[in-house]
Amino acid sequence: MAVLLGTLAAGASVALAGVSAWLIARAAERPPVLHLMVAIVAVRTFGIGRGVLRYAERLVAHDASFRVLTDLRVAVVRRWSRLSPGGTGSLGRGDLLARFVGDVDGLADLWVRVLLPAAVTVLVTLGSIVMLVVLLPAAGLVLAVSATVAMLVAPAIAVRFSSRATARLAPARGEYQQQLLTVLDGAAELSLYGALDQELSRLHSIDERARRAETRSAWGSGLGSALGMLSLGAGLVAGLIVAASAIADGRLDGPGLAVTVLLPLAVHELVALLTPAATQLPQLAASAGRLLEVLDAPDVVDEPVVPARSPTGPLGLRLHGLDVGWPDGDVLLRDLTLDVAAGEHVALVGDSGLGKSTLAATLMRFLPPKSGTVTLVGSDGSVPLSELAEADLRRAMSWCAQDAHVFDSTLAANVRLARPAADDGELGTAIATARLSEWVASRVDGLDSMVGEHGDTMSGGERQRVALARVVLSHAPVVVLDEPTEHLDDATARAVLTDMLDALSGRTVLLVTHRRDLLPPDMRVIDLGA
Amino acid sequence: MKPVDPRLFRTARSSAPHLAATVVLGTATAVLVVVQAGLIATAVARVIERRGADGLTPLLVGLAATIGARAVLTWATEVVSQRASAAVKSELRTQLVDRASRIAADPARGGRRAEVAALAGSGLDALDGYFSKYLPQLVLAVVVPLVVLLQLLRTDLTATLTVALTLPLIPVFMILVGMATEASNAKRWDALTRLGHHFLDIVEGMPTLRAFGRGTAQADLVRESTDRYRSTTMATLRIAFLSSLILETLATLSVALVAVGVGLRMVDGNLDLRTGLLVILLAPEAYLPLRQVGAHYHASAAGLAAVDAAFELLETPMPSHSGRGAAPTHRLSISFDGVSVHHAGRDQPAPDTASLTVQAGEVVCVTGASGSGKTTLLSLLLGQRTPDAGRVTVSGFTDDSEIGDTMVADLDHAHWQRQIGWVDQHPYMAAGTLAQNLRIARPDATDAELVAVLHCAGLALDPHRQVGEHGEALSAGERRRAGLARALLRGAPLLLLDEPTAGLDAATEADVLRAVRAEAARGVAVLMVSHRPDTIAAADRVESL
Repeated sequence: MAVLLGTLAAGASVALAGVSAWLIARAAERPPVLHLMVAIVAVRTFGIGRGVLRYAERLVAHDASFRVLTDLRVAVVRRWSRLSPGGTGSLGRGDLLARFVGDVDGLADLWVRVLLPAAVTVLVTLGSIVMLVVLLPAAGLVLAVSATVAMLVAPAIAVRFSSRATARLAPARGEYQQQLLTVLDGAAELSLYGALDQELSRLHSIDERARRAETRSAWGSGLGSALGMLSLGAGLVAGLIVAASAIADGRLDGPGLAVTVLLPLAVHELVALLTPAATQLPQLAASAGRLLEVLDAPDVVDEPVVPARSPTGPLGLRLHGLDVGWPDGDVLLRDLTLDVAAGEHVALVGDSGLGKSTLAATLMRFLPPKSGTVTLVGSDGSVPLSELAEADLRRAMSWCAQDAHVFDSTLAANVRLARPAADDGELGTAIATARLSEWVASRVDGLDSMVGEHGDTMSGGERQRVALARVVLSHAPVVVLDEPTEHLDDATARAVLTDMLDALSGRTVLLVTHRRDLLPPDMRVIDLGA
Repeated sequence: MKPVDPRLFRTARSSAPHLAATVVLGTATAVLVVVQAGLIATAVARVIERRGADGLTPLLVGLAATIGARAVLTWATEVVSQRASAAVKSELRTQLVDRASRIAADPARGGRRAEVAALAGSGLDALDGYFSKYLPQLVLAVVVPLVVLLQLLRTDLTATLTVALTLPLIPVFMILVGMATEASNAKRWDALTRLGHHFLDIVEGMPTLRAFGRGTAQADLVRESTDRYRSTTMATLRIAFLSSLILETLATLSVALVAVGVGLRMVDGNLDLRTGLLVILLAPEAYLPLRQVGAHYHASAAGLAAVDAAFELLETPMPSHSGRGAAPTHRLSISFDGVSVHHAGRDQPAPDTASLTVQAGEVVCVTGASGSGKTTLLSLLLGQRTPDAGRVTVSGFTDDSEIGDTMVADLDHAHWQRQIGWVDQHPYMAAGTLAQNLRIARPDATDAELVAVLHCAGLALDPHRQVGEHGEALSAGERRRAGLARALLRGAPLLLLDEPTAGLDAATEADVLRAVRAEAARGVAVLMVSHRPDTIAAADRVESL
């Protein structure tokens, strides 16, 4: 639709140039004014039509671009909700994730900025060529050649140079970002030690290197546009020559000649816009590649075709011959067999790098076991996790990770996501149980205070308490805690862990940690390293 | 946002020659546009009048030369604008990072690390569009209509008047349209940013959402919020685009008006073919750059938004260190007297009217719940912030005189900083050797001195060992002790330690505390923040906030 409107709009503007040329040349022959009336009306129609069509095109195109953005985002969230955190591979890190989100947004206006103009230009150029062929076949051929050069060769050159420039710049840019973050991190200490200026000048010399690379690449990038201009010139000269010889042997009249020469000018005006648009292609192609990688990634865990009924009553957990590891990695923990009774608290302790977080992800069915089973044991029977529907599984089990994500929203919204149906009383109780009441009291807006991006108005301990409040509110009978006190100082870690275990008394808890010293003395401890 | 931000050119001095070159290139292009139109009109008219290629050759050669020259100018404009862009970006980036690193040293405002990094990276890159498209086009929009009008004036007065009368309507309309849509544009931009941020938040927090069975529900929320945004935006766009419809139609109709007028006058025999052709070739050229400048302005909006953000940071007032007083260099004591500091978003100040002293040769430990303002006390001494109530004073001796109680703000900042050894909770480590990281405190320290301070800090490591990016090759405890060794290397009369023993085992903690006691025995005043019972026990006095 947008392509059609765009083609009509651009076509109107090319036609306007053609008809005007014809009008002038015909007028020079001094015919009766009546003979010009059709052309005069046409000029006015094309003039107004172009504006109106262009208006409609832009509205339709922008609306479509928003729809594409919505669809892309929804598709990503849907896919992501089956992949994260197990199947996201290299996308785990925050900065890559941010870039990925930027890719999605960039692709949404890919077609408004690149595809739509390209389609419109090709169609209008083809139409103009056909028209010229009718007037004078040789002139049509000339336009076909010059427009092809300007439409294909010039953008290709621009793309080549721009991607080469990016490749040359990238390492300097990367180094700059790294050094910049280091300097900003240490700014206070560097300033105290009087070393800040020295670090800044090092940063500046990296930037200088990037600037020189950028300046050098500028020599190449204008070549595409220059070539487009040259092909226009060549076409113009050639068009004049063939038209002149045609007029000499009577194959063309004066007005026809004016159209033959001036129409290509209007076409080239359109074509010239393609080269700058094309330079965005390499970047957009890379974005599309990253996006497809996620959208095409296979499910990490297969949902059962016919889900089993969830067991009821107090729930325990049974691990039988469990091997855990990443889908395409080695087995990290082998042959784990363990019975956790309903309401029991068990700590699974092991050193860093042993695969503890992988185990926690497997227990939550974010990852499939390499072999063996995890089974929910209820009073009316037991069901392996792999046979449960996703919704039933999430109702039965809850999870608190080492750095639980805190959303940039209110405290209430952050906690309520665990069970949106919970009433205010239950929410208040969960927050009190997690010992966040003091935080709530110290804020002007209480429960409705914004917590900031990644909860950055809170301390690390407070953020973990938000995660605890979610688990409390969720009512899930089985809870997996994955290093819930990592990144906290000793005193806070001890306090948070004690509060967690108190709040979860009566529920089945599997605590995965390397901090044996923080555990209460009477807790059952399984040594994963043994 | 202004079309031409004067701050940009004032701040980035390197842009001036490039700007001049852009103007020269733009003028040359305008002249060539007129020459080209003249040659084409003459050539077409001559072919039609003479019914053949007779006398065409010189015109074709001229045309080829003109277009060749335009191609060179196109290329040169691109080179110049890219250079300008690179130079200005580099200059802005340097100033930005310089300012940001000084602001980052202030813990109250230090949380903008990611924002600054993004701005200095891809944010300023958006300026490319501004320099390579918008600015040259702006120059053309001013120069081309003028040159074209001058040329038209020589050939056809009526057409000149038509163009001259309609032309100013375009910028006038653009300004009116700009004013009418600016507020809604800003709101739209804001909403778009918020939506993008929300999307990122969901993608990052997906494991959490999934754990609570909220993964798929989020997809519907995303659709709902983006759809809602789409319908409100389309409503504004319908009006915003309507205004550009008026502009476009105005320009087109003016050209049509000129063309029809010329045609009719030619029928009457008042105008020859060459002039007629010249007029219809030139008239659109007068409007074209003006129309395009509007389009490019939108394309460069991202760059200008980045510039706005950069200037917001550049114009952030710096903590003023106007003090001139000499700082004590030994037997230094400090005193807090009823000190309070307010924090954004919190009712209670932290610390709240705190009073304590640290005498030379004394170890004082501050305890208190998290959020009670312990680290803030240290930042007051570091001169990173000033108290909202109360006084922070120091006293002691220089080599030749005694210094009575002096406010920290009245001391010469650089001189005062040299009297402090400080160990942060997360000491700074850059990629390189341990020795390089230690010598930040004293560049002329010998290897033997490095080994000695490392030993004092209870760290038996080779100074030539690589510490990795952000000190990743060291454990948290090693990193903290390396920070302590660096502070000791300074030999300063005041030592500030923020949780110096967190995460250390009992034996290492004892080593560290022994080193701290040894410093106090040399007459150094030590102020530390800690929760650990053994560390608290090693202090001469404990102050609870």
